[in-house]
Amino acid sequence: MTGTRDIHAYLAEFDDIPGTRVFTAKRARQGYHLNQFAMSLMKAENRERWKADERAYLEEWPLSDEQKQAVLDRDYNRLLDLGGNIYFLAKVFSTDGKSFLQAVSTMSGMSLEDYSAMMIAGGRSPEGLRSIREKR
Amino acid sequence: MARITAGIGTSHVPALGAAMDLGKTQEPYWVPAFAGYEWTRAWEREQKPDVVILVYNDHATAFDMKIIPTFAIGCGERYAPADEGWGPRKVPVVEGHPDLAWHIAQSCILDEFDMTIINEMDVDHGLTVPLSLVFDQPEAWPARVIPLAVNVVTYPPPSGNRCWALGEAIARAVESFPEDLNVQIWGTGGMSHQLQGPRAGLINKEWDNRFLDLLEGDSQELRHIPHIEYLRETGSEGIEMVMWLIMRGALGRATRTLHRHYHIPASNTAVGHIVLEPLP
Repeated sequence: MTGTRDIHAYLAEFDDIPGTRVFTAKRARQGYHLNQFAMSLMKAENRERWKADERAYLEEWPLSDEQKQAVLDRDYNRLLDLGGNIYFLAKVFSTDGKSFLQAVSTMSGMSLEDYSAMMIAGGRSPEGLRSIREKR
Repeated sequence: MARITAGIGTSHVPALGAAMDLGKTQEPYWVPAFAGYEWTRAWEREQKPDVVILVYNDHATAFDMKIIPTFAIGCGERYAPADEGWGPRKVPVVEGHPDLAWHIAQSCILDEFDMTIINEMDVDHGLTVPLSLVFDQPEAWPARVIPLAVNVVTYPPPSGNRCWALGEAIARAVESFPEDLNVQIWGTGGMSHQLQGPRAGLINKEWDNRFLDLLEGDSQELRHIPHIEYLRETGSEGIEMVMWLIMRGALGRATRTLHRHYHIPASNTAVGHIVLEPLP
């Protein structure tokens, strides 16, 4: 056996990881239409309509006002809070011509230059970022 | 009889595919990442596998939130490279092996692994980047490919133990296929990376290298690592490493390392690569 089989205990542990939103069923349900909207940008014709009028395109989807605004703002941390998943949101930043490195750096609170330099220097150390409760 | 002759583990970072597609592999940033695949490319030209069972995850490409299969096996004739938002990669169409794929699907279901069967889909960077890393840029891929897609996006993904056991079931299935085929199994994804939130960019070189150490030999330790450890130690996307355990499980009791490579970074990610052969 690998870890717990108690789904409550399994899910409760995820809240103890600093700066991380695990894509649980709760988030998948909250973000269903947000993620499906993002998915629609895989089709070239949809990308064209989206680029022509983002707000009008968003009105076709049953998103909350908060979700719509966060998409328009490209606020990826907020979108994760509202149920977005990074692989779906990738369709939005790919359509903007942005790489994973560029988009992910915006969530880290660092400039692209500083974030890239951190990655080349070996990445962010897990030290102190494993557990909020255990401070390790 | 068909036989599994080797296993490969490799990251499938999309930026590695983009670097190849855009002719950037000689740039100083990329040279050390690709250097570790030269050995494998030469070795594969001698090995000439007939079929590769390629374990990967779909990144919101063939599967959206409508349907989320835990283990899905491609039984189709061929798979086109997907348009992931910037146009399809200009790499060859992936030719399947429906006879062996259906044989594995049927055998695994009888063996109590309830597989989802895919007859048509496009394949994203999770599948095509490993092919590019190992086979370079040929006119046609030199092996047929059986895609095995694993859900590692919506929680819970399958446990490491379940992945290892599926690998064992796949090995039993391959051994009962009557045609004489040289089959490899590849586990892809990882190594440590986190693509979200304030902890983005997390890399754990020590943990990753211990994982690579434990793929060799007869240790069963890796199958018992819980999801929470992958998340804490290797970042939210490090969970992809459970897919390597399907490969390891399929190699049987013990393994020997033929080649190993580790480099930081490719984009946001630690690149890990290993070539293993099964020991009796």
